[in-house]
Amino acid sequence: MSATVKDDAVIGKGFPRKELQRLLRGRGRYVADIKLPRMLHLAFVRSPHPHARIVDIQTAEALASPGVVGVYIGKEFTDSEPLVGIALHRRGHKSAPQYPMAVDRAVWQGQPVAAVVAETRAEAEDAAELVQVEWEELPAITSGEEAVAPDAKAIHPEIGDNLAFEHTISVNDPEKTLAQSHIVVEQSFRFERQTGLPLETRGMIADWNPGDESLTVHYAHQSPFQMQEIFSRHLGIPPLKIRVIAPDVGGGFGIKLNIYGEDLAVVMIARRLGRPVKFISDRLESLVSDAHARDHDIVAKMGVSAEGRITSMWLDDLGAVGAYGMPFRFNVAEGMMCITMAGACYDFSSYWGRTRSVYVNKNLVGMYRGVGIPLACIVTEVLADKAARQLGMDPADFRRLNHRRKEDLPCVTPNGSQLDTVSFEECFEKVLKLMDYDALRKEQADLRKRGILRGIGLASFVEATSYGPPYYGPSQASISTQDGCTLRLEPAGVVRCITSLTDQGQGTLTGIAQIVAEAVGLSFDQVEVMGNDSAISPYGGGAWASRGMAVGGEAALNAGRALKQNIIALAAAITQNLPEALDIKAGEIVNKESGAAVLSVAELGRIAYFRQDTLPKDADVQLSVTRSFADNHKHYYMANGIQASYVEVDEATGFIKLLGHWAVDDCGRIINPLQVDEQVRGGVVQGIGAVLYEEFMYGPGGGLQNGSLVDYLIPAASEMPDIHVAHVETPERTTQLGAKGIGEAGLIGAMGALWVSVNDALQPLGATVAHQPFTPERVLLAIKAAKAGR
Amino acid sequence: MTNEPKHSLTVECTVNGERVRREVPARRHLADFLREDLELTGTHLGCEHGVCGACSVLVDGAVVRSCLMLAVQAHGRRIETIEGLSDSGALKDLQTAFIERNAAQCGFCTAGMLLTAHQLTASGEAMTRPEIREYMSGNLCRCTGYHAIIDAVEAVLRSKSRTP
Repeated sequence: MSATVKDDAVIGKGFPRKELQRLLRGRGRYVADIKLPRMLHLAFVRSPHPHARIVDIQTAEALASPGVVGVYIGKEFTDSEPLVGIALHRRGHKSAPQYPMAVDRAVWQGQPVAAVVAETRAEAEDAAELVQVEWEELPAITSGEEAVAPDAKAIHPEIGDNLAFEHTISVNDPEKTLAQSHIVVEQSFRFERQTGLPLETRGMIADWNPGDESLTVHYAHQSPFQMQEIFSRHLGIPPLKIRVIAPDVGGGFGIKLNIYGEDLAVVMIARRLGRPVKFISDRLESLVSDAHARDHDIVAKMGVSAEGRITSMWLDDLGAVGAYGMPFRFNVAEGMMCITMAGACYDFSSYWGRTRSVYVNKNLVGMYRGVGIPLACIVTEVLADKAARQLGMDPADFRRLNHRRKEDLPCVTPNGSQLDTVSFEECFEKVLKLMDYDALRKEQADLRKRGILRGIGLASFVEATSYGPPYYGPSQASISTQDGCTLRLEPAGVVRCITSLTDQGQGTLTGIAQIVAEAVGLSFDQVEVMGNDSAISPYGGGAWASRGMAVGGEAALNAGRALKQNIIALAAAITQNLPEALDIKAGEIVNKESGAAVLSVAELGRIAYFRQDTLPKDADVQLSVTRSFADNHKHYYMANGIQASYVEVDEATGFIKLLGHWAVDDCGRIINPLQVDEQVRGGVVQGIGAVLYEEFMYGPGGGLQNGSLVDYLIPAASEMPDIHVAHVETPERTTQLGAKGIGEAGLIGAMGALWVSVNDALQPLGATVAHQPFTPERVLLAIKAAKAGR
Repeated sequence: MTNEPKHSLTVECTVNGERVRREVPARRHLADFLREDLELTGTHLGCEHGVCGACSVLVDGAVVRSCLMLAVQAHGRRIETIEGLSDSGALKDLQTAFIERNAAQCGFCTAGMLLTAHQLTASGEAMTRPEIREYMSGNLCRCTGYHAIIDAVEAVLRSKSRTP
């Protein structure tokens, strides 16, 4: 808990979440749980091939199957405005238009080609098997390298080639600086494809009302407002006729922020049928069609002086982003974040970086927790360890020497990251103490003598949170980076709060309740928060980029303060006091100086709503207030942290055992330490999963080989370590609340720390593993290569 | 004609102490039967391959993956779900510990987690933390990182082993 929290404070305390009372008793309401009258079920027929022409589709047999109401194929949906996933401010960014389902060619395995609607999901699936598609298989482009080969065939001839986007940064003579450096370390990196894998698969119910031609969509999504905009823009439905409601959502991690062709298909079919249509993807469908992430090949170098100071970085990134541009949530993001945030924690001024996003015959890459920042962190930290080792320096000493210092802030890094309230040195010293770094190094050295391979990894990182108007505005994606909050005092003296934010388990709504309670002067239990609905709250964004507390929290704080002012003004009129003399504490209006109770907020509520006849004639009763907030010119709030990992590698089997994990984070002001710590821990384990287990495996022709949780591995409890979490609290100084984000930090730092610790463990063998995930096979291959090279 | 396969059968069983009788398709799994026929939606489907454990229920007192058992196999059996075990108070200590420790985020895996933890804590036998981790490993959670879940289970186990 934060040291600065006062006893009567609500912000800063670890309140448990109210919604757990429902969720833990089996009384949640996820989208799959919802049944509407006359509801139908939809199943998609998906392309079994990474690239194939649709010669013919026969649907008669499927239509005749029991329970079937309709069968639809891609070419029936070309009257919608196609999705074109380009960011207009990224010069040269291009994508072919994407229709809800494949029209005459499928360009990735899993792309929907037909949809069957029936009385039950089972009947829809039965009939989907009867849809006969005649395919003509085409050669598939299965890797980034193939996509940019000089003789590569363009997947979409109409856009010329497979290069979606290319961007280069070159600052302060990087080639010369590298050439003049005392040493230059270099490493190539391979990151296999993975996904976010929320345990609840994607799902939605589109409910079209033919009476007033209105659309209600119950959608397990992170941004109902974004989807309202998409349905309106692409299907020509007036925005006032659309309501998107996110019920309880079983995890998101960015996967449920993206926009999918299926979204449009389901709504269009519901509109044609005039009946509610439910689509719940099964696990296989989710694995093949949920946004993928992190299919990158990177080569990077770091120049270092004889004293151990970083002089320059060089980074060339190639990301294979799938077959189309991800609408609104841009496939340039991973690469751009990677090249702009590499080295952000360290003080150097010369930099060269290039990213290329290229189209391949694979599923689309979209938003997933951390986006490209983990790549930036891994590349930097692996090179830092390599340089330290080459100079004979302790990796901690190397970092201590190179971290950007507080007195040099604010600053902009050579590759364009804006740093202000970051605390690299404080976090660093704290983690060393927390893990007892020196003792671990000694233990490592002792065990090495006995042939036991242990490794220690440190990874400093930044987390750009709450991407703001200057980022999304010029992209012209109509993504709102503001959030809003409406407060309504109830007659009983309690407050109902409606936020534009959404919560998929992070505890966002609990944090908002705390902020409102403290701002108004109520206890935590006197505030009830709801969100997740595009029709009822102020306009806003939702959940992405770790923005809930920072942006939505600021709006809540401002709304709370405004409501407090209105309550006090009314109380002053009722009690014949000066407003300046009054305050609100724990639901009581009190005299500010003496603390004596003047009137309870409940009594004020009763009078304000039911006995206006007793008020002065011109008393202005404004007990519902709304405030919105966006930081118009702010790109993001830059949070930071450091993580450390301690591992043992078994030389004989290639297995990696996690022995300890430490995380120190600075997310600005902490609203709820309980939620913050668990965000970190949850992120850490997803990061561990990425580095050790998670991988989509493809055959030679580009076919996916693993489509279930049996063979797409995610972390389980037994392999995971306990995770020690601590904080440094440097408030964001441009807001009243001072919060930054925490959602992605755990994952970013964990990936960096684990890459470094495993490679540290392999040092006695001279081996380097740089192909993620670090399967036992890859570890053994790295050891074998090192031995052969000797 | 007697050799014709039957496509639907009658199932009679006890669910959360209530006797139910339904005609169900022979291929329907127990999870779908609970969710669709009985509208007990607290049992969740995460993979339908028996891997994730979100669909765990008790069958005659033992934790079973309801996606791997057919509804017709429940004939004559006693089924308990998260709803019933919550209402009876059987899970109260665990639920309190989970809430206090924030051992659930999205809540999708939690019914299964609680049922497995219930089985673990039922005997009151002391277990080390790695043993608890091992025991809970058949239930996947994507949000919490497990640490808080293990804390909550450990706390309940410790309080149980203290009281005779």
